[in-house]
Amino acid sequence: MSLRRQLSTKPWLAQRGVVTDAGGFVGSTPKVTLGAFLCVASMVFALFIAAYFIRMTYADWRPIPVPALLWLNTVVLIGSSMALQWAAVSSRREHSDGMRLGLTLGGGCALVFLVGQWLAWRQLSGLGYFIDSNPSNAFFYTLTAVHGLHLLGGLGAWVRALVRVRQGVEIARLRMTLELCAIYWHFLLLVWLVLFGLLLVT
Amino acid sequence: MAMTDVAHDAVDYVRPAEVAEEALYHPKTWLGKYVFSQDAKIIALQYSMTAMAVGLIALLLSVLMRLQLGFPGVFSFITPDAYIQFVTMHGMIMVIYLLTALFLGGFGNYLIPLMVGARDMVFPYVNMVSYWVYLFAVLLLLASFFVPGGPTGSGWTLYPPQTILPGTPGADWGILLMLISLAFFVIGFTMGGLNYVVTVLQARTRGMSLMRLPLTVWGIFMATILALLAFPALLVSAVMMTLDSVLGTSFFMPAIVSMGQTLDYSGGSPVLFQHLFWFFGHPEVYIVALPAFGIVSELISVHARKNIFGYRLMVWAIVVIGGLSFVVWAHHMYVSGMNPYFGFFFATTTLIIAVPTAIKVYNWVLTLWRGNIRLTVPMLFAIAFVFTFINGGLTGIFLGNVIVDIPLSDTYFVVAHFHMVMAVSPVLAVFGAVYHWYPKITGRMLNETLGKFHFWVTFVGLYCIYYPMHYLGILGVPRRYYATGVTDFIPESAQVMNAGISIAAIIVASTQLVFLYNLAVSTTRGKPAGDNPWGATTLEWQTATTPPSHGNFGKELPLVYRWAYDYSVPGAKEDFIPQNVPASGDTGDAR
Amino acid sequence: MALAIILVLLVVGSVLFHFLSPWYLTPIASNWNYIDDTLTITFIVCGIVFVAINFFMAYCVYRYRYRKDRRAAYEPENKRMEWWLTVFTTVGVIAMLAPGLFVWAKYVEVPDNARLVEAVGQQWKWSYRYPGADGILGTVDIRHMDGRNPFGMNPDDPNGQDDVLVNGPEIHLPLGSPIKMLLRSKDVLHDFYVPQIRAKMDLVPGMITYFWFTPTRAGRYDVLCAELCGTGHYTMRSHMVLEEESAFNAWLATQPTFADTQAVKVASAGGSLAEQGRQVAESQGCIGCHSIDGSPSVGPTWKGLAGRTETLADGSTVVVDDEYLMESISVPNASIVAGYPPIMPPYQLDEGEMAALIAYLNSL
Repeated sequence: MSLRRQLSTKPWLAQRGVVTDAGGFVGSTPKVTLGAFLCVASMVFALFIAAYFIRMTYADWRPIPVPALLWLNTVVLIGSSMALQWAAVSSRREHSDGMRLGLTLGGGCALVFLVGQWLAWRQLSGLGYFIDSNPSNAFFYTLTAVHGLHLLGGLGAWVRALVRVRQGVEIARLRMTLELCAIYWHFLLLVWLVLFGLLLVT
Repeated sequence: MAMTDVAHDAVDYVRPAEVAEEALYHPKTWLGKYVFSQDAKIIALQYSMTAMAVGLIALLLSVLMRLQLGFPGVFSFITPDAYIQFVTMHGMIMVIYLLTALFLGGFGNYLIPLMVGARDMVFPYVNMVSYWVYLFAVLLLLASFFVPGGPTGSGWTLYPPQTILPGTPGADWGILLMLISLAFFVIGFTMGGLNYVVTVLQARTRGMSLMRLPLTVWGIFMATILALLAFPALLVSAVMMTLDSVLGTSFFMPAIVSMGQTLDYSGGSPVLFQHLFWFFGHPEVYIVALPAFGIVSELISVHARKNIFGYRLMVWAIVVIGGLSFVVWAHHMYVSGMNPYFGFFFATTTLIIAVPTAIKVYNWVLTLWRGNIRLTVPMLFAIAFVFTFINGGLTGIFLGNVIVDIPLSDTYFVVAHFHMVMAVSPVLAVFGAVYHWYPKITGRMLNETLGKFHFWVTFVGLYCIYYPMHYLGILGVPRRYYATGVTDFIPESAQVMNAGISIAAIIVASTQLVFLYNLAVSTTRGKPAGDNPWGATTLEWQTATTPPSHGNFGKELPLVYRWAYDYSVPGAKEDFIPQNVPASGDTGDAR
Repeated sequence: MALAIILVLLVVGSVLFHFLSPWYLTPIASNWNYIDDTLTITFIVCGIVFVAINFFMAYCVYRYRYRKDRRAAYEPENKRMEWWLTVFTTVGVIAMLAPGLFVWAKYVEVPDNARLVEAVGQQWKWSYRYPGADGILGTVDIRHMDGRNPFGMNPDDPNGQDDVLVNGPEIHLPLGSPIKMLLRSKDVLHDFYVPQIRAKMDLVPGMITYFWFTPTRAGRYDVLCAELCGTGHYTMRSHMVLEEESAFNAWLATQPTFADTQAVKVASAGGSLAEQGRQVAESQGCIGCHSIDGSPSVGPTWKGLAGRTETLADGSTVVVDDEYLMESISVPNASIVAGYPPIMPPYQLDEGEMAALIAYLNSL
């Protein structure tokens, strides 16, 4: 039953005295939870971006040069996301080797991405673009930091999954974890693409 | 750790209603049962007690403020610095650390699983962590009383630039602790909030369709969604302000000559902060109001022995108000210097929100109409809520209508309005709720004589404090003034009113001790309550034991056969039919 | 029963209070009667709703009080009634919103012939600037601000040379012509607020805000700050004098232009040294934080200050002599009297001003 129809039933009449099924939401509880969390995280990034657009219109804004390294980082993060997707698909098909490889590769790439981001920071501050020299710099450092922290949080879950794989937990019980990881990684990739696009365009 | 496994592996693939009770984590030790508990009911009590404790501090601060305002110069320890620090901490604690935490962390935790027919929240471990993070945030906030310079005195709105400049107390340590504490509060709340939302969505028992949910759950559910989406704005602005303060960025800080010193900032926008703050701050009003709406609907229906009038409209109104609350924020900023043409848009959206809100009020009153009203203590508080909410809601129309707001903004009219609508009203709802659910939580009734005394002093006292205060604002007395001093427009008589208000405030504040005494003593000496003392239909009153044990519902989860408001059904034997009663000759159901 | 009576009493009491209490709008001194009218409309509509709903509620509480032998009515909803109530509410809301927006449109449209006047806020004093004979305000910048140029005037801008600077406690305005108040802040948010004018607006550092009004009633009114701006917020006062055009022009002519302030070193006004010191104290805004009558304020009172023994924040004591006073003016945070926050800005006065100020302090 669609949400609209559900909300327009007259509960004092509809199937009174009968147990209707709980209906509820489609999808499993962990996925719904992750979805809700992603809404919250999207809100954080959306508000940062809104602030970025508003602050940009002030006279003192000087765009920050985008280090070429960020292109490489972007490719690495895409790789990371794809590897985790592979791991999730492999777990569904019960391919244990593919799953292990995908998982290791995915997290590894994410680590490389974080190191890459840190190097980009080093490059910029080496060139004299410090966080307090211009609002565009401040936004660059802040946004990449907030994105990086989200990724670090994801790596926490990744480590846990890795440990469970090493412990030889059976594949069926890992499937949900891997799917959640993959979804989260795709989300962070999407956020990164938006942020990177924002830096390039403005 | 064990718990998350249950969440993953059991809740994952089995319909929530079929989670066996054995699968639940049962605490083995005293510490696990009462301190590091994962039972939503215990977490609810932890949240409530912490919130009430910190709320008492905020209450004390308000008394100190009133002492200064009523009797200026008499209490020499209240300096101008101390005064605005009290103002700031009182506001922040009351709005965030008391009301938000109490409604969502307290009532949300206790009532959601019981009312939707679940054994617990879907992620009990995360739920527990949520409380401890909240406690940490509270302690950080209170720590700011003990750092050099004391807590921040920038007003609860924390407007830059003054927040982080000398000239405002607590501009270096106090404000940092405040911002960090807020960040932790948001993180802790997000953990809890995701739990409440997902529990309502996923863990309802069989038969509990969305439209069979009690309005209390609807109110808390919608408020939680608002909070999840609005708190990020607070987090974002706190992060950016911290960077401005510590690393010298200029997100919000323009070029400034402060106290004769040219500062290193340039180009930032203080108004940007205000937009972010109120994007959080306005939904925050409804985060506090919606649970109160839900609870009051429940109380009025139960104690008037009548179904809530216009249930569907009540649900829709909650949803519409929740949605609209995200597009009205700038009505707090009519005099902020933002583009004045925004005024047209925000005044219109703000006054549109008056329509669904008015509908809720009509429906409460129409529920009383042709009811069979028992004036129990919870019912007294519920009716008092409707009365003060009408008053506060109507003065909101003054302030929402942009041109009328111009002379009134930043005066005592605003103070009186927001206290009436989001302090007095929600607090009356909280008291009503405590008197209503205390029998379920402890198994005993609160003392009724003390309860009635508490009610009359609190209700009449609060109204006498805040109603006259509006007229100070119409007169033009500005708010957040340590002393009004000598002016040509404030007559001497205003000081008489101020003294009167202060005396009333002290009386009302001290009467809360009677309430606390009642809460404490009745746990052992109260009349035994039985399972369902009010004759209510919702599931929390149908548990096998009172107070409900871990897992809430014994071996079998209840099945839901009807909506939450089958009171005085024609042809039924009793004047209420619980939600878990199937159709039979006694229920008046047409089969 | 008791509840019904109390509800009725509270409603009746509220209405009586509205009509009988001595506290209501101050007599208006500007063209914004529209605002008062909109307020009145809102009061009428909201008042009727307030009385009607609460009386009905009190009636229900009394009429439908609990009786064992009665059952409540069973009525889940009543579409017709709900529709009527919705329509009725919408009409009421439109009745308040429409005139409100109409007046707001006037508020945001500044008349073309409005005179410019600038109010400048800083912690915790007001100062004012008039465009001078050319009718143009000179450009300003934070970077130009110092003790000799508190307005931050651009010294190279010819438009600014004839700007009239009022670094004192009064703003004068002529009756009858629209005024566009430009608002500028040096440090934090402030709000230019005169209750009798009705209009008000925040001062925001980094941007120029404005509002407009036409003065209609002669008199001297309080100017207050309505946006929390720190410890001394409540002391941030000034006065607005509304007077006939001729009186206004006469007053304006006595005020210095920017060029004057740069040329003249010491106030040459007559009177004793202490009298000159009083003028320095006023023009520098000292009296924003220091009272001269012994009343407590942000900083220590000046009454009887000279010669007093004060305890400093570090516990030591000091006798307030001329040397200590000079140090406290030019390096205020060097030794702070116990109990006061270290918030005073340093002042660079020249020798003549300093001597005058000290003489004034000694005379109190």
